Amino acid sequence: MGTMSQSEIDIAVQQPRESTIRVLDVHKYYDLGETRVHALRGITMDIASGEFVAIMGASGSGKSTFMNIIGCLDKPSSGNYFLDGIDVSGLSKDQLAAIRNRKIGFVFQGFNLLSRTTALENVELPTLYAQVSKEEGEQRAREALELVGLGDRSTHFPSQLSGGQQQRVAIARALVNKPSILLADEPTGNLDSHTSVEIMEILERLNDSGLTIVLVTHEHDISQFARRTIQFRDGRVRRDELVVNRQTASHVLKDIPVED
Amino acid sequence: MDLIAVARIAVRALARNKMRSSLTMLGIIIGVGAVIAMVGVGQGAQQQVQQQIAAMGSNILFVGSGTVTRGGTHMGWGATKTLVYADMLAILRECPAVKAAAPGSNTSSQVVFGNDNWATRINGTEPQYFDIRNWPFLEGTAFTQQDVEMAANVAVIGESVRKNLFAATDPLGQTIRIKSLPFKVVGVLAQKGTSAAMGDDQDDVVLVPITTLQKKISGQDWLRWIMVSATSRQASYAAQEQITSLLRDRHRIRAGQDDDFMVRNLADMADLADQAGSIMTMLLASIASVSLIVGGIGIMNIMLVSVTERTREIGIRMAIGATERNVQSQFLTEAVVLSLIGGAIGIVFGMGASYLITKTLGWVVLISPLAIVTAVVFSMAVGIFFGFYPARKAARLNPIEALRYE
Repeated sequence: MGTMSQSEIDIAVQQPRESTIRVLDVHKYYDLGETRVHALRGITMDIASGEFVAIMGASGSGKSTFMNIIGCLDKPSSGNYFLDGIDVSGLSKDQLAAIRNRKIGFVFQGFNLLSRTTALENVELPTLYAQVSKEEGEQRAREALELVGLGDRSTHFPSQLSGGQQQRVAIARALVNKPSILLADEPTGNLDSHTSVEIMEILERLNDSGLTIVLVTHEHDISQFARRTIQFRDGRVRRDELVVNRQTASHVLKDIPVED
Repeated sequence: MDLIAVARIAVRALARNKMRSSLTMLGIIIGVGAVIAMVGVGQGAQQQVQQQIAAMGSNILFVGSGTVTRGGTHMGWGATKTLVYADMLAILRECPAVKAAAPGSNTSSQVVFGNDNWATRINGTEPQYFDIRNWPFLEGTAFTQQDVEMAANVAVIGESVRKNLFAATDPLGQTIRIKSLPFKVVGVLAQKGTSAAMGDDQDDVVLVPITTLQKKISGQDWLRWIMVSATSRQASYAAQEQITSLLRDRHRIRAGQDDDFMVRNLADMADLADQAGSIMTMLLASIASVSLIVGGIGIMNIMLVSVTERTREIGIRMAIGATERNVQSQFLTEAVVLSLIGGAIGIVFGMGASYLITKTLGWVVLISPLAIVTAVVFSMAVGIFFGFYPARKAARLNPIEALRYE
């Protein structure tokens, strides 16, 4: 693990009871020659353990930058980000990698599975970087695939799976190291409406079992499956509200006809 | 991640692009194969030269009459008339490192048998010459010491002379003519081949008693050379010194004056030939190494392409927790696995090429375990060296940009 000692890893990934995201006056700017481009202009926010948050906003609103920061892929230019009480802004690259590996699960719009690699091996991937034995990694990967209903597709390659199935494999991969937060960046962006609801149903189920979920979407319908929506605009939070009359995906799924 | 897991992933990744991987490996295969075959050829040649010199007798010294310069004219080796039979007797008597010695003088002449004739070298010597040179007889025997004392007209012929004069007849007991004198052939020497040190045909020779040559053919009473054997290979250096100081003394050469003779030590020549062989081997190996380096550049090239192509994969891996080190070791391992597999196939290829060279050209090719070990280590080093930069490049990618890469 390079410059990181075992005790540091333990500190970085220790599991407290309450998993929280606390963001304090976070700014992010990029210097492009003479001009300074502000992506985030002072974000302060708390996301408690077990929440299901949808982040909305037009492109350029700063929502992707915000996701990258809470996903530990990027660091704030100023301000602090506490993940489970640890100030992440001061951690090294290797420590951030360890946090991404064990505390955070990523789901992307484009699925981002490795092609020519089976579903099971794709799901196993995070365990390779988690000092987990090959046997345990495979066991966990099978369980995660079962959880998303793809236990019988473990030897399929991504090209042999439908978009919805690929996204479910990606969700299984995000879950395999038992993270406390699931970050989903437009997870339904490439899917038809029926499949989108199916994916949301899975996220809903995971949230019901206690997993914190932060979802980025620009679709209003999708955001209504969350418990709370946060609207971004020009690098600031414009609205932060709870979803009233929340629909559950499992109900919607019963009402819409299956097209095939 | 343990090494085996990393290696397994690397093999998997390489197997996804079989055509490209095998073409990349080809560079290393040819490189390692060439190194092994070329070193094999070089060492084979070296061994052959050593064997020839050993067959000649590595404890042999050659004392030749020396050069003189008269009125500014350099007369060349063998121009002096100061080396005489008494010198040989003195060497035998006074040099403890010397075991045996044979005098020699030579001339060139036409040798006639029946209607055939052949121009060759006529050497006059004594019977112990054949022992010193460790030269066996194909048939017949050497002339005797008695023949020498009586200056008898007897001759021993070399294989090349036999081939040219006695294609159809058994030479033994036949009479040949040298300068219109009849000589009875008493022995035929076994083939010795081209001398490794001088490059001349040693079998193209007729040997007669020294006395016969001096009195009846050349009319010269001095010696051209004395062939000396030392008591051992190590002793040949001592013998060289003893002979040199003895002859300087006998020829009354004052300090500072040049010798009027020369002493050549075959152990010296063996060392020289050995050195020349090593240089040739090194030369061949370094030429072959160039192809190995070119193969390494091929690996670097492909790894760079691969890093660019798999930018998204690198982004995914980083997003799910791979550290820079993990990514770097993954790509470095791929490069090393490529070069190691290439190296292994290259060894087989090099051995095959050596076998072909032996079969078709008849050269001796020596495959040493050292060459194989060196080739493996070298190909691994090539993999690490040329894989490092692409791997570093992969590890330095920004995960956010890598994930967005199309």
